[in-house]
Amino acid sequence: MNLKTLGACLVVLLTFTVTPAYSQDEGQRASTGGAQTLEDILARQKGLAVDEAFRRENLGDPSLAAPISGNLGTLGGISNSDMYRGIRYAETEITVSNNSHAAEILVQDGGMEWLLSRQGGIQAYAAYGSGGIIALLIVFYFMRGKMKIDGGPSGNTIERFKPVERFGHWCLAGSFIMLAITGLLLLFGRNVLIPIFGHEANSVIATFSIWVHNNIAWVFMASLVLIFVMWVAHNIPNKLDLVWLAKGGGIIGNAHPEARKFNAGQKIIFWMTILLGASVSMSGMSLLFPFEFPMFAETFAVINSVIPAMGLETELLPHEEMQLAHMWHAIVATTMIIAIIAHIYIGSVGMEGAFDAMGSGQVDLEWARQHHNLWVEEEEAKASGGGA
Amino acid sequence: MMKTMFVAFAFTIVASFGAYYIMSGMGFSSAETQSSSSVRLN
Repeated sequence: MNLKTLGACLVVLLTFTVTPAYSQDEGQRASTGGAQTLEDILARQKGLAVDEAFRRENLGDPSLAAPISGNLGTLGGISNSDMYRGIRYAETEITVSNNSHAAEILVQDGGMEWLLSRQGGIQAYAAYGSGGIIALLIVFYFMRGKMKIDGGPSGNTIERFKPVERFGHWCLAGSFIMLAITGLLLLFGRNVLIPIFGHEANSVIATFSIWVHNNIAWVFMASLVLIFVMWVAHNIPNKLDLVWLAKGGGIIGNAHPEARKFNAGQKIIFWMTILLGASVSMSGMSLLFPFEFPMFAETFAVINSVIPAMGLETELLPHEEMQLAHMWHAIVATTMIIAIIAHIYIGSVGMEGAFDAMGSGQVDLEWARQHHNLWVEEEEAKASGGGA
Repeated sequence: MMKTMFVAFAFTIVASFGAYYIMSGMGFSSAETQSSSSVRLN
């Protein structure tokens, strides 16, 4: 490398080192008449943060109003540009005949960010996440095969779940599957359904989907509460779960680690369903009743109080609340879809005899002894009058 | 054999329609939320 090249490299390096990501230099700002500078534009193109204060706060000054007979006199010291900046940054007092505060927001920049994340990242997560887990399970099935009952079924059965438990499970499962399908149809309507089926077909599909989604959600929420009440006592983590997890739950290999009514894997699914289900329900309620249940500003304030370094925005416009609710709803729901696909696999084709637990409620005694031996002992003790 | 599962599915469908009519009755129908006094000129 010759000296000229080295010098050029040093100049470039120093330029990037000493040049700020964006400039708030008053001199430079003055040179543009208070408008954005070239550095602002370059910083924005690089995806860097740009302090918008120079235009958010540049809203005109009525005290500088020109005489009514002068140029721009009737604008009272506020030009059209000042007014539009005020509207854009929600700094102008808007009077509307609507009772809703949301109607006072005429322009909201964040909408584009939301739209792009919906069309990009969220759709990619949903597609690759659910597609990936299905592909992974197919590979796993061909590698591991169906988990059989060692020694075959005994022919004797034991009641695994009572009718009310199965009813609650299937209400939750049925509503969740419908919510997942209709949610995905709504998410992928524009990018997938319209190119394939056309606008008219997508309109019918979307109308059907939103109706089902909005109304079946109540069944999901009610059955989530029912499931929690019925099974929470059986899902308290204990030391046995660590042993179960250490042995991989017997999924890999042929071990049958001890378990009571629910093993550690089932407890993970239970708490994931309860916690994410509650979260997706809350964001769903926010979407179901637009602008009525803003929750992100308060949540961010709590997070900031615990982790000040997070510095999350706590003054959110009504539309930002809705956009965050939608994004959170889609992300949490997709996470649930991925986990539930794995749950469906292990409860059906992945394990011999597992579906009977929720199908008829009667499982083979040998299956129960291999997967929930301590629970079988408790049930047999109850049946013989020995108590739990 | 799987009667409980089908009963739960049937209940889910019926309850969804029930939720729709209850919410509509309470003024939360889409027609109400999109054209009621809260969004009309007053």
